[in-house]
Amino acid sequence: MDLSSLIECFGDPGCLINQTTSALIFAMLLFLIASGLSLIFGVLGVMNFAHGSLYMLGAYLTYTLYVGTSSFSLAIILGCLGMGVFGVFFERVFFKPIYTMHILYQLLLTYAFILILDDVAKLIWGYEFITMGAPDAFQRPPLELAGSFIPTYYIFVIAVGIMVAVLLWMFLRKTKYGKLIRATAHSSEMVMALGKNTSVVYAGVFGLGAMLAGLGGALAAPIRSIFPGMGSDVVIDCFIVVVVGGMGSIPGAFLAAILIGFMRAFGIIGFPMVEEALIFILMAVVLIVRPQGFFGRAET
Amino acid sequence: MWGIIFAASLIILSFVYPSEFLINLFTQILIMGLFATSLNLLVGYTGMVSFGHAGFFGVGAYTAAVILQKYSTSVGFAFGTTIVFSAIAALIIGSFCIRLGSIYFAMLTLAFNQIIYIIVIRWTDMTGGDQGLIGGIPLPGFLSTQRAYFIFTVIVVAASLVICKLVVDSPFGAILKVIRENADRAYSLGIRVKSYQLIVFVMAGIFGGISGALMSLSISGAYPDFCYWAKSAEPIFMVVVGGMNSFLGPLLGAAIFKILIAYSTMYTNLWGLIIGGVLVLIILLVRKGLADYVMEFVAARSVDGPKNLLSPKKTG
Repeated sequence: MDLSSLIECFGDPGCLINQTTSALIFAMLLFLIASGLSLIFGVLGVMNFAHGSLYMLGAYLTYTLYVGTSSFSLAIILGCLGMGVFGVFFERVFFKPIYTMHILYQLLLTYAFILILDDVAKLIWGYEFITMGAPDAFQRPPLELAGSFIPTYYIFVIAVGIMVAVLLWMFLRKTKYGKLIRATAHSSEMVMALGKNTSVVYAGVFGLGAMLAGLGGALAAPIRSIFPGMGSDVVIDCFIVVVVGGMGSIPGAFLAAILIGFMRAFGIIGFPMVEEALIFILMAVVLIVRPQGFFGRAET
Repeated sequence: MWGIIFAASLIILSFVYPSEFLINLFTQILIMGLFATSLNLLVGYTGMVSFGHAGFFGVGAYTAAVILQKYSTSVGFAFGTTIVFSAIAALIIGSFCIRLGSIYFAMLTLAFNQIIYIIVIRWTDMTGGDQGLIGGIPLPGFLSTQRAYFIFTVIVVAASLVICKLVVDSPFGAILKVIRENADRAYSLGIRVKSYQLIVFVMAGIFGGISGALMSLSISGAYPDFCYWAKSAEPIFMVVVGGMNSFLGPLLGAAIFKILIAYSTMYTNLWGLIIGGVLVLIILLVRKGLADYVMEFVAARSVDGPKNLLSPKKTG
């Protein structure tokens, strides 16, 4: 425990800005991945352990596309679309049969895909850690703020994160498709009885979730090292976000991701030994006190 | 009875056919088999899907290893402490977890699993942190050879399995199954559902801890990997693949898991692909554990077989 350096950091604008930036970066990546996970859980009712692996595939795919096309924007767009297509395929082939199964089989099947996708990544991209570096478009002097420097790429990531959060929220609230998704989450039998094809909704939601995870991976590729297994730590953080924010809730996921980002970034200064434990304790406390999370509906 | 014969034949086999590789493999299988069986008390018999069982494996492994390495006591004392510590851990964790149902229960056990993992990683003085508890664990003379340790494992595992079997066949076990099938009905019949769930959670924790202790002594060290969340998926694999409706299903699952890994790692580094592939095939095609499959097949063949007792519970 090192509270004095935490207080010191709060008094120093440089440290404050540094930690805030890293908190927000972490939070935005986490939000992108976790929002997809939350959506999939909300609608399909399956906790997808393999979601972190979709993030990993997104990062690898973006890296390969960037090396191939040397255009980062093209790589991000194609990477996301690629993950979306993969998601739809994945849902139709492997997820569809397990909806009616025991929760044990669901957890285990998605776990099996962590092992499989990690090994597929090893087969295609090898065992080495890959560092991509900031794309050319962002090779410019960092922004200076109160004596500390924020790389332009960081600002880009934070902006994209907030933009996606707003778009996703509006999509689910305001559009016809969004309403269909929410209706399916509420009662798929009712939606089916009204003559809508819920299979398409399921596949679409999984595709959207995979796309969001892919976007998370694409944005993470330049600032994180890419390696097989990079998904399994992330997916646990995402579980925390989903549980704390409320399963199926996008605003909940956004706020929970920011909360966890800040807990990480400042916890590492104030409580360097237990900062990781703190977020699990948060998860446990939320589960015990309010299992549906901050923004979730109570179980009916 | 059959258990004693099986255990004795394993011990005899280790003398007749003394292959270090096989003895080691069977030691691992038995340890993981006990681990998976302890989880199955929750999953198969009571219908509680825990995704944090590796936490107790870790508690057991580190308790026994630390006690033997730092305080050089007897093996019996080490196991006694292991039982006490795992029971305390399970009592604390269980009393929170049993309040929740299905996916929330799984998530909360996962959270506690990770808290234990972080404690192990951070408490460097006691556990060795990231590195694991290295430097060997002193064992008394009578356990120093691999075969002696194998025999010790056979005895401990067999005794534990007999206790588990007696419990699940007792009236207590019957009530667990009632809770699994319909907790609300059990409650309305006057059964104190939460107390039963807590007791079986502690039992599962204790046997999980014992299997962890057996593991750390067998490889002479304890590593943080033991209680990483992904480790919790291993006994679930064994329970599902072996069969959760048969008492020995998880043990069979452990054998399949360990043999698959032992042989696939000889040829390739990509064992995850093989294990994952087998899992996907079993879940999507067979849809039940192998032991359950065999038992149902046998039951279907015999005219007056207890078909209904063996049919898997309805899912959905």
